[in-house]
Amino acid sequence: MVTYKFHQYQVVGRALPSETDEHPKIYRMKLWATNEVRAKSKFWYFLRKLKKVKKSNGQMLAINEIFEKSPTKIKNYGIWLRYQSRTGYHNMYKEYRDTTLNGAVEQMYTEMASRHRVRHHCIQIIKTATIPAKLCKRESTKQFHNSKIKFPLVHRTVRPPTRKLKTTYKASRPNLFM
Amino acid sequence: PFKRYVEIGRVALVNYGKEYGRLVVIVDVIDQNRALVDAPDMVRCQMNFKRLSLTDITIDIKRVPKKKTLIAAMEAADVKNKWENSSWGRKLIVQKRRASLNDFDRFKLMLAKIKRGGLIRQELAKLKKQNAAC
Repeated sequence: MVTYKFHQYQVVGRALPSETDEHPKIYRMKLWATNEVRAKSKFWYFLRKLKKVKKSNGQMLAINEIFEKSPTKIKNYGIWLRYQSRTGYHNMYKEYRDTTLNGAVEQMYTEMASRHRVRHHCIQIIKTATIPAKLCKRESTKQFHNSKIKFPLVHRTVRPPTRKLKTTYKASRPNLFM
Repeated sequence: PFKRYVEIGRVALVNYGKEYGRLVVIVDVIDQNRALVDAPDMVRCQMNFKRLSLTDITIDIKRVPKKKTLIAAMEAADVKNKWENSSWGRKLIVQKRRASLNDFDRFKLMLAKIKRGGLIRQELAKLKKQNAAC
């Protein structure tokens, strides 16, 4: 229902076959990109760092989008990332609670941008995993592992139901009690 | 100080967006701002609390029930009737009716209002005369 900016793609590619190597090894990567073109480009970027192959002497075998298997189930996602700050590269592990992996990744990108001023092209996702509730490390995700969770909504902002009904001036002050 | 809590089983009204006006049940809490929300006639989805107005009605369910158990729990708690008899629910029904009037209905409404106004003024005049007499 929400449109996610980052999609998860499975990209499969290999070097072009040559006389020395008839059947080069096939490599598969799962990455996040906004569209397929960017996904393919990112694939070659990472593969160049790992093997001696470039887009010009390699071929793309498959690119498929990976969709969420259970988008109505809430999961705890752990994301390991490597990011470039103003002074150097750092590794980080972050946890998010979300229904889909794409949603969690998008949360990660926006949080890195807000908390550390890291733009999305300076972030490399090393690994993502769904973490069972027992193994979560961060208190901010663990506080929602409560089957009898209950909290009040403290500050109610009164919003017009559509942006068309928005007015600059209102006759009365709002009632903020829920 | 707080009477309406976000909890599993709380019935809420959607007050913004595509699902405006729908009664939904909070089925689980994702994080501080979002809840997993479900209703008998829609796919379970996530919603920001900013889009929800909590009501007084709660139903008795466990975390993320199956659709059948959710519908059964809603029947058991009689959400529909409770909502339609509550003052908030009645006001919404009246608003909907008023928005769906056609011109003939509005004409009939005008006549009814005039008639009611006339009766009130008659009674008021009678009371005034009584008061003026004594």
